Amino acid sequence: MNSRANKHPPGHLIPKRASYVIGALALLPLCVAAAGVPNVDSRDYPGSAWSPYLVGAAIGVLSWLTFYFSDEPIGASSFFAQIAGFLGKLIAPRRTASLAYFKDNPPCVDWEFVFVATVIAGGAVAALTGGEFANEWLPPMWMARFGDSIALRAVIAFGGGILMAFGARLAGGCTSGHGISGTLQLNVASWIAVVCFFIGGIAVAMLLFKL
Amino acid sequence: MIDPGKAVPQSTEKPAPLVAAAPKLMAGAIFGLAFGFLLQKGGVGKFNVLIGQLLLQDWTVAKIMLTAIVVGMIGVFALHHFAKVNLHIKPTKIGANIIGGLLFGAGFALVGYCPGTAAVALGQGSWDALFGMAGLIAGSWVFAELSGWIQRTVEQWGDLGKVLLPDLLHVPRGVFVVGFALALTVLLVLLQRFTSR
Repeated sequence: MNSRANKHPPGHLIPKRASYVIGALALLPLCVAAAGVPNVDSRDYPGSAWSPYLVGAAIGVLSWLTFYFSDEPIGASSFFAQIAGFLGKLIAPRRTASLAYFKDNPPCVDWEFVFVATVIAGGAVAALTGGEFANEWLPPMWMARFGDSIALRAVIAFGGGILMAFGARLAGGCTSGHGISGTLQLNVASWIAVVCFFIGGIAVAMLLFKL
Repeated sequence: MIDPGKAVPQSTEKPAPLVAAAPKLMAGAIFGLAFGFLLQKGGVGKFNVLIGQLLLQDWTVAKIMLTAIVVGMIGVFALHHFAKVNLHIKPTKIGANIIGGLLFGAGFALVGYCPGTAAVALGQGSWDALFGMAGLIAGSWVFAELSGWIQRTVEQWGDLGKVLLPDLLHVPRGVFVVGFALALTVLLVLLQRFTSR
């Protein structure tokens, strides 16, 4: 169990003690929960309703439209930074105003904020019309591997979310901003970032689901 | 391919007010609705599809992303060629891109949703996305806390500025776009041929 915790890659790469601790702690309860559980296969669970090529092509066309009509690339992660900024202004306004990131990116209800907020609605419309509304606290594949503790799922997802947002801000974008909009503009930064998204993601997913 | 540069009036300067102009927000709402709808139909609001990609079992994510890149690239560069759109290029900072990318990937595997697909998952009633979204807000704050230091250190490592692949390789943009579209299409054909999902 110790060797697995030590192998956890994200911790080594960050000089931030907080993230290191979160990263290391994250895997310990998972080791316990998944001990002796056989490997699960993602393909035993429902896949996409529509052809991925159709969806991909439509997202490509959507990006033409956002560039043309809104002069904006599709992106998602800064939505969460905006919320952090708004909460910060509410709770600790002076501290928030003093931080370099919020000086460069003052919290604002902007195009991307509304865009991501309505992504939630778009997902709801698609799920409800397609008979795929889940209404569940735990994904079935997660339960098959790690059991039915919502608390465990909450801790891991929260910790993962911290890492993911930190990584997105450092890398300059997420799977939307870099992964779709940046790559389609042939941005060098985006291609580096996307390759690293998948290297980091594959490594940790294999540790979680294959060991 | 010519580069018309800033042929279209830029709208990216940070607005001083707390809320952007209403027509722009309305457009954002329509596009967001469409994006969320498409992602859900593509199955990428589902935990098992996203984790399945990271386990190299389910290639839905790669198929969607690569198709979107091919289609999007051709259209956006064509529009840019005729001075109809601006490009929005983020600066390449090799150290930050790599370290941030690896951390993002690790977090992605732990959450099972990325920022955009977490929003989709919430919409489709996968309530565990809320935990990930709370983490995303907290992590954004952690980054902001450290952003001054990061700007002085990590973001200085390998700062190449705004650079595109064709510029880096000294290939004309039009040639690169066509060649790259063909290469990615071949990759998609291979994916379709050799993957079960």
